Amino acid sequence: MIVLNAKGLYYRELNSKIREEIATGSQDIVVKNVNGQRYIGDGITGKARLTLKGTPGNDMAAFMNGLELFVEGNTQDSIGNTMNNGKIVVHGSSGDTVGYAMRGGEIYIRGNGGYRVGIHMKEYQETIPAIVLGGKAGDFLGEYMAGGVIVVLGLDLEESEEIVGSYCGTGMHGGVMYIRGEVDGYKLGKEVKVVALTEKDHEQINRYVKDYVGYFGGSYEDILAKPFSKLIPYNKRPYGNLYCGW
Amino acid sequence: MTLSMNTPDFLIERNRERCINCQVCVRQCANEAHGWDAEEEKIFSQDALCVNCHRCVTMCPTHSLSIRKFPLEFRENANWTASTMKAIYKQAETGGILLTGMGTDRPYPVYWDQLLLNASQVTNPSIDPLREPMELKTFLGRKPEQLRVINGKLAEALPPQLELDLPIMFSAMSFGSISLNVAKSLAQAAETLGTFYNTGEGGLHEDLYKYGKNTIVQVASGRFGVHSEYLNAGAAIEIKIGQGAKPGIGGHLPGEKVGVEVSRTRMIPEQSDAISPAPHHDIYSIEDLTQLIFSLKEATNYEKPVIVKIAAVHNVSAIASGIARAGADIIAIDGFRGGTGAAPLRTRDSVGIPIELALAAVDSRLREEGIRNQVSLVVGGSIRNSTDIIKAIALGADAVYVASSALLALGCHMCQKCYTGKCNWGIATQRPELVKRLNPEIGAERATNLLKAWEHEVKEILGGMGINAIESLCGNRLMLRGIGLSDRELNILGVLAAGE
Ligand code: SF4
Ligand code: SF4
Repeated sequence: MIVLNAKGLYYRELNSKIREEIATGSQDIVVKNVNGQRYIGDGITGKARLTLKGTPGNDMAAFMNGLELFVEGNTQDSIGNTMNNGKIVVHGSSGDTVGYAMRGGEIYIRGNGGYRVGIHMKEYQETIPAIVLGGKAGDFLGEYMAGGVIVVLGLDLEESEEIVGSYCGTGMHGGVMYIRGEVDGYKLGKEVKVVALTEKDHEQINRYVKDYVGYFGGSYEDILAKPFSKLIPYNKRPYGNLYCGW
Repeated sequence: MTLSMNTPDFLIERNRERCINCQVCVRQCANEAHGWDAEEEKIFSQDALCVNCHRCVTMCPTHSLSIRKFPLEFRENANWTASTMKAIYKQAETGGILLTGMGTDRPYPVYWDQLLLNASQVTNPSIDPLREPMELKTFLGRKPEQLRVINGKLAEALPPQLELDLPIMFSAMSFGSISLNVAKSLAQAAETLGTFYNTGEGGLHEDLYKYGKNTIVQVASGRFGVHSEYLNAGAAIEIKIGQGAKPGIGGHLPGEKVGVEVSRTRMIPEQSDAISPAPHHDIYSIEDLTQLIFSLKEATNYEKPVIVKIAAVHNVSAIASGIARAGADIIAIDGFRGGTGAAPLRTRDSVGIPIELALAAVDSRLREEGIRNQVSLVVGGSIRNSTDIIKAIALGADAVYVASSALLALGCHMCQKCYTGKCNWGIATQRPELVKRLNPEIGAERATNLLKAWEHEVKEILGGMGINAIESLCGNRLMLRGIGLSDRELNILGVLAAGE
């Protein structure tokens, strides 16, 4: 295990140190005192595991390809931006646009996500990315979603808090969302519908909840005791009939 | 169904005396405007299906075919023209947004045609490029405030630069909107010419990785086919914010065009719509743009210049200033006459401003602010010939982007039907039987020929002005005079009137 100290380091310096370590074959890297440094894990291909203690900055794991990032703290905006593969586990909450256009890999967030979580998420062949939120999501969850899985558990919410915001799934044309409990119809984008869960859906949910509990604790049975709503798009081509040829 | 009020746009005329019933036209027309009546043993045509792409006219062995505007006179009306009325009939029938292809065909002023170039007489001699060296080499990228030299060597490394043998690049066209054979033609031509082509938002097909050093890879809002290998495969990365033909809106590649190869390259399922949202959802401000620029630089180890491409819109100069300050190495500006594979007609024809005015405004603004050295400027949006290029550079561009001209070189006939996927010239299509009509080797040769010809012309005219390096022309507006322009226009262009 290699320990790096991020205290007082500008992001460029920190990231080049991390890159060097990975290039020399380090598989287990701990970074202490992370304090807002951006782009950690950006564009890196590999299998190494990074433990980040503190609060990493925006665009963490953008274009990332295979690393595993464990964050002991919150994360800021745009984590997992266009991520190709790998894993992010956040022992806190995350900011806006989690997993924008991600195409592979998994993101687990213990607490809440901000606006536009999972926007334009995709899937391709066998790679089906997933985002699992323990708490709630802001507005525009899964906007333009084209593939992948989003699971929102809504654990420990206050009476006044709602599990998803407005415009959930607007423009969605692929993938699936599992929301624990009910979602008010007015919160759904007009491209999404709520459908009954199948055996396969339950298997998927069980798997993600199991991993969630594995990372963050909690009771698997208690979480599954409440039924989930399944959201899918009406149509894979929401804008197919919008045009006429000139 | 109610009565359709649409009348044909074109009339197919077949000279029956010449026609030998060979049915070439039937096989060549993907729009099925020609047919063979087996019973009557006769060729027939359906005018309403003709798009006037000239494929049949060109291929007919006996030159029997000609296409004319359908000779239908509407009651004359300067306000309600035939095309205005036809648009209403179409929309009343379908309820759809009118979709078109290529750049606007409206008669807006083309300022290139109202700018005249200077030449040397007596006081400074002109140069003959056939006998004397003439430098067109261009470096695109951020230039430092100063250079420090220690022991004959640069003390600090230069920011990454793109090196062009001539100041012309092929601008972004995605595999999906164009065929793979077009991409192959342009990639090969770029390599031969020592310049660059651009992937657009279509990802990089595996057959094109070998052209990496002549490739600009694009990152747009849909992030199709974008991954670390892709980012590192090219010589530069372009963030596409906007496009001249459709500023402010995204794009939809319909599922029919997403076959096996497009699916693999864009990394999306076959037959699924590829939707590029209007904005990048991680960019809502100049600060956010900085973030994406540096995210890409981090992902590619600061080795590649980052281009930010925007459409020419009203306050383009303020936006460009922001982009320069955001850390872009190159700004690409696309004028409103630029082409597209598909755009809503009303957007194409009414949104944005001409590239000539946008370029002059941006170059002036960046100079006033003392930050012109921080970025290179590349302009596109209908560069049609070598003098458009010279005028663009004199107005302040470092290089130009061409796309429609390149497609014309490959056989495009400007029928504006690219969005149908039935391009009879094998350009804007994914249908295998149409794609193979364009041989990439011949395509590469034709595109190379065009740019070589322009290169000669540019050199000749530069020599005529007494200039022997294209860099000395950049922003040299004294080489331009305006004709038939208002004071206001001359002022924005920063040029004097002819005779002044
Ligand atoms: S290609 Fe020309 S000659 Fe052949 S059938 Fe058509 S019109 Fe007649
Ligand atoms: S690319 Fe093809 S469809 Fe588009 S304008 Fe040219 S000839 Fe017509």
